[in-house]
Amino acid sequence: MEVIITIALTGVAIMMAGAFNKPGFSLWIAIAGLMLAFGFNISLWNCNVHIFNDMIVYDNFAVAFNGLIIISSALVFLLFHSHYSRWEKHLDEISALLVFATTSMMMMTSFGNLVVLFIGIETMSICLYVLAGSRKFELPSNEAALKYFLLGSFASGIMLFGIALIYGASASFDFHGIKEYLLSANNASNNLFNAGLLLLTVGLLFKIAAVPFHFWAPDVYEGSPTVITTFMASVVKIAGVAALYRLYAYHFDTIKPIWANTIMIVSALSIILAVLIALPQKRFKRLMAYSGISHAGFLLMAILAMNQSSAGALFLYAVSYSLATILAFTVLVEIIEVKWDDNFTAFKGMASKNKFLAFALIVSMLSMAGIPPFSGFMAKFSIFSAVAESGYIGLVVMAVVASAISLVYYLKPITMMLTKDDENAVKTNLSAEVIIILLITITFTIVFGIFPGLLTRLL
Amino acid sequence: MENIVSQLQSISINSYIWLSSILFTIGVMGVLIRRNAIVVFMSIEMMLNSVNLLLAAFSVYHNDPSGQVYVFFIMVVAAAEVAVGLALLVMIYRNTQTIDINFLNKLKW
Repeated sequence: MEVIITIALTGVAIMMAGAFNKPGFSLWIAIAGLMLAFGFNISLWNCNVHIFNDMIVYDNFAVAFNGLIIISSALVFLLFHSHYSRWEKHLDEISALLVFATTSMMMMTSFGNLVVLFIGIETMSICLYVLAGSRKFELPSNEAALKYFLLGSFASGIMLFGIALIYGASASFDFHGIKEYLLSANNASNNLFNAGLLLLTVGLLFKIAAVPFHFWAPDVYEGSPTVITTFMASVVKIAGVAALYRLYAYHFDTIKPIWANTIMIVSALSIILAVLIALPQKRFKRLMAYSGISHAGFLLMAILAMNQSSAGALFLYAVSYSLATILAFTVLVEIIEVKWDDNFTAFKGMASKNKFLAFALIVSMLSMAGIPPFSGFMAKFSIFSAVAESGYIGLVVMAVVASAISLVYYLKPITMMLTKDDENAVKTNLSAEVIIILLITITFTIVFGIFPGLLTRLL
Repeated sequence: MENIVSQLQSISINSYIWLSSILFTIGVMGVLIRRNAIVVFMSIEMMLNSVNLLLAAFSVYHNDPSGQVYVFFIMVVAAAEVAVGLALLVMIYRNTQTIDINFLNKLKW
C-alpha cells in the first residue's frame, strides 16, 4: 500500500514542480520518491499483506517484481534526464507520466481481483500512448503513438470482453470466488469461462508483444523516442509477464490443462518467428524489438513450467533481461546522440574512441544471447531446467537451438563496433548519469551471472 | 425497482450474450475495415459499450452489484482513453493535415 501511494505522490510532486517552474527538481524528486518506495517495498518482504478486501495481494512475488520494476524505472529515469534535458524544456509532464506508469505496474504485479488488473493495465497503457508520442513534431513519434493507441485500446476491448465472460460464468471478479467456482464439480469445462479466459489471455499477450500479437512492437519501438523505447522494452514487458505469471500460476493453477497448450504454442511461435525475423534487420531499435519478442517467448516458458523453481527462474530472467536491455539502449542513446542514426553502420569503428561504451555493448549483447559469465546465461539455464522438469523437452530443445541462432544477430552490432574505421569514429562524452547507469548494470549483470542463487533462492 | 429487475430477468441471459456479442463483432469489424481514425475510435467505443451492456446484464442475472460497479470503471477508463486518443489525432492532424490511418505507413520492416 505505502509503495503505491508513495510512487503516485511522487508523480503529483513532479507535476507540482513543473507547475511552479522548477524543472531541475524533477529528477531528484523522482529518484528520491522511487528509492523511498523501494525501501517500503523491501520492508514488506515476507509480510504477505492482503489489502482492500484481497484486491491487492502483496506477497513475496509482488515484492520481488515491484523492486525490480522500481529500480529499472529509476535507471530509465537517469537516462531520460541525461538525454532529454539537453534539448527539451518541458520535462515534468513526461517524467510524471513515467512515474504514473510505474505506479500502475505495482498494481499489475499484485492484483487479487480482475478490477485491479484492468485498472493497472489501462493506466499503464494510457501513460504509454502519450509517452510514445512525446516528440510532438516528429512524424515517426506521432505514427508510433497512434498505432500503439489504436491497437492497444483494441486489445483492451478484447480483454474486457473476456473479463465480462469470466464474470458471467463465475459471478465474481475476485479470484477467491473464481477459484471456488472452478473447484466446484462440473464447472471446469464451462465454455463461457473458457472463451473469457482465452480473450483475457489475448489482451495480456498483446501487452507483452508475444507472437501472434507482436506486429505493433517493432513499429512502436522504432518510432518512439529512444528513452521511452527503453522503458517499454524493459519495465513494461516485465510488468506484463509478471501479471501473466500471477494470473496463471497463482489464480488459475487448478485449470492448467485448459491454458497450457495455448501458452506453449504462443511461446514457441514467439521464440522461432522473432529469431528468424530479427536476422535480416538493419536497425538497432528494430533488432531490439524482435529480440524483445523472442525474450517474451522465453519468459512465457517459465509460466508454462509452473513448479517450485519457475518463479525464481522467471525473476532471474526478468532481472537479467531488464539490465541487458537498459544497458543496450543506453549505448544506443549515446550513439544516436553523435550520429543521429540507429543503423548498424552508425556503430562502425566506434570502439576505437569509446572503449567503455564498446565494453558495455559487448556485455549486454552477450548477456542477452546467453553467454557465460553474464547473467543471461544462468537465467536461460534456470528457465530451461525448470521447463524440462515439468516435461516440455521438445520446447526446451527448440528454445536452445533458437538462442544459438540468436547469437548471430547479437554479434552484428558488436562486430560493427569493433571494425577498424577511424574516419567515422566520433568520441561521445558520457555524462555522470550515464556512467552511473553503465556501471550499475554491468556490475549486476556480472554479479548475477556468477551468483544466480542470490535471486533464484528468493522466490 | 423490484419490478424492473424481475422484468429484466424474464429475458433469458442468452439473448443478452448474443446481443453484446453481435455489437462487439460490429465494433471489431469497424476497427479492421474502416480507414478514418475517428470512425475507428467509435468502433472501439462500441466494443467497450457492448462489454458494459453484458456486465450489467450478468449483474442482474447473478443478483450481484459488483458487475455494475465495474461498468463505471470501464466508463472512466474509456473517457480517459478517448481524451488521449483525440489529443493524439489533433497532434497528427497538425503535422500531416489528414486523419486517414493509411497515411501512417512510414514505419515498416
